[in-house]
Amino acid sequence: MELTVGANQFFWAAEKWRALYDDLAELPIDRVVLGELVCSKRLPFYQDQIPEAVAALAEAGKEVALTSLALVTLKRERKLTAALAEMGVMVEINDLTALAHLPRGAGFWVGPLVNVYNEGTLAWLAGLGAKRVCLPPELPLSSVQVLARAAADLGVAIEVWGHGRLPLAISGRCYHARLHKRGKDNCQFACEDDPDGLEVRTLNDQPFMAMNGVQTLSDSYACVDHQIEKLVEAGVSGLRLSPQSQGFARICQSYRDRLDGKLAIGAVAREARRIAPETRLSDGFLTGESGVSWSGARASA
Amino acid sequence: MVMEIVCPAGTPAALRAAVKAGSHTVYCGFNDETNARNFPGLNFDRTEMREGVAFAHAHGAKVLVAINTFPRAGDQAIWHRAIDDAKDAGADAVILADPGLLDYAARAQPGLRLHLSVQAAAANADIINFYASAFGIKRVVLPRVLSVPEIAAINAEIEVETEVFVFGGLCVMAEGRCSLSSYATGLSPNMNGVCSPASHVAYQDDRGVLNARLGGYTIHRVGKGEPAPYPTLCKGCFSAGDQTGHLFEDPVSLNAEQLIPQLQKAGVTALKIEGRQRSKSYVAQVVRNFRSAVDALEAGRPMPEGMLARLSEGQAMTTGAYKKTWR
Repeated sequence: MELTVGANQFFWAAEKWRALYDDLAELPIDRVVLGELVCSKRLPFYQDQIPEAVAALAEAGKEVALTSLALVTLKRERKLTAALAEMGVMVEINDLTALAHLPRGAGFWVGPLVNVYNEGTLAWLAGLGAKRVCLPPELPLSSVQVLARAAADLGVAIEVWGHGRLPLAISGRCYHARLHKRGKDNCQFACEDDPDGLEVRTLNDQPFMAMNGVQTLSDSYACVDHQIEKLVEAGVSGLRLSPQSQGFARICQSYRDRLDGKLAIGAVAREARRIAPETRLSDGFLTGESGVSWSGARASA
Repeated sequence: MVMEIVCPAGTPAALRAAVKAGSHTVYCGFNDETNARNFPGLNFDRTEMREGVAFAHAHGAKVLVAINTFPRAGDQAIWHRAIDDAKDAGADAVILADPGLLDYAARAQPGLRLHLSVQAAAANADIINFYASAFGIKRVVLPRVLSVPEIAAINAEIEVETEVFVFGGLCVMAEGRCSLSSYATGLSPNMNGVCSPASHVAYQDDRGVLNARLGGYTIHRVGKGEPAPYPTLCKGCFSAGDQTGHLFEDPVSLNAEQLIPQLQKAGVTALKIEGRQRSKSYVAQVVRNFRSAVDALEAGRPMPEGMLARLSEGQAMTTGAYKKTWR
């Protein structure tokens, strides 16, 4: 099983952004998706770093793709999406809009924000040139099994969301800006101070979600540590790891070691908690319970 | 041309009430997980659908069948059968969101008119034109993330008709791309046709304070006698940073009644009312009001004002994303 690092969901300063990809070039991961997924207003801050990062990763033997935006509405965003197809790099579509711009017959990857819930949609995308599909994080293992079987017949590689805060929703409205009593068009980059999103708590002070500009994430970090054997058996060919601001290299390494049999079940979760002791983990979408549920809670009980 | 009123019907009685009240079109779904309002006691069995379509057609109205959840892997046949049965029942169109299902419908039922559901969240002209060329869709229901000028710009670049929501519940997140509900409860709009389901709601009286919980999370708290809004996740009360409040959206519902003239100028064909879970009397009243508004517009009379405020059950109203400041 291979490891794919997904597009960074957060707004990081250019130096920090670049450092992530310098690090990834050295890590035991197989491929990297980069570029702006969440908000087109962030892109100008690091856009000029992208070609070098792509080149460095390719040099290190990683497969590389550029992501499309998750929600394309503005004229500027449509142009950006159209321009992706011209970059000479693999494209990962995270909004079907990108399909309208890809040259017919060009191969592409499908990201976790495209609704691939069933064999019909999978086959339709494969017919258009999809080579890899990271399934929506919401899908239970029973669906993953069916889709991985169908994908094998279609020659498509299937990935599952492996680790990181779950992308739960995308909106036309910017919640970070709203929190600061601003509108999206005058946001003054309210999201830049929260490199892993801003914690959203319930009225009982329970951590619940994380806001990230126009995106809403889970508070918990998805962690497939307890599901890896089932995913391998299902024929899943890759795990997707989502960049986080602290200890991401250790997360990548521990998944590699876990997949190689050097670490036992539960070791990745322990490593995640060593990096950040307060981290709450979840794998409930895969087990078919509520997404926030965590197998590790039962295992350690 | 008069703008088309597209009204929800959760039951055959609501369908008849909507048609009699003057709705040009009614949308409804089968009583299973194939539609995004899969609530107990709602929706149509196969016989009711046939009879409902016949009734509407006899009164000059159309029926659209919403098959707008995302088929479950391994069980696509349930959704395919819904499309075949909608065609057999005489439906004027089906409303679909899943590309695989659109592909099936276009191939298996080539005569059937296809509308792209709001659950597909097609938010720009490029993707709408792509859906039109891939599947021959004839209409798109626009997601609730667009302003009126943006809708006008889209209409200038597409051939298919547009339908927009004007009244009722309001999704704050891009539709069909939200799993907040399944994160908290295990049940989602995309997979199960429910959002923040009543089965996971609990109200708890704590010394005169009423807590509304969803899936174990307290997301509303009101004093005695205050109206307690239904605990829909995106309209809950939360804390972030040093603030507590409705961080995503206030407990508001959409009312774009006063924007109807602008929406017409923007090239919109049809006005959609949300609420298949609503009673037949509610549906009839909303239809009468919107019908008189579009008829007034067509005749060049001024728009009747503020007719619908009392139907919102004490909730505040918003024009949502139609005004750019909402973002």
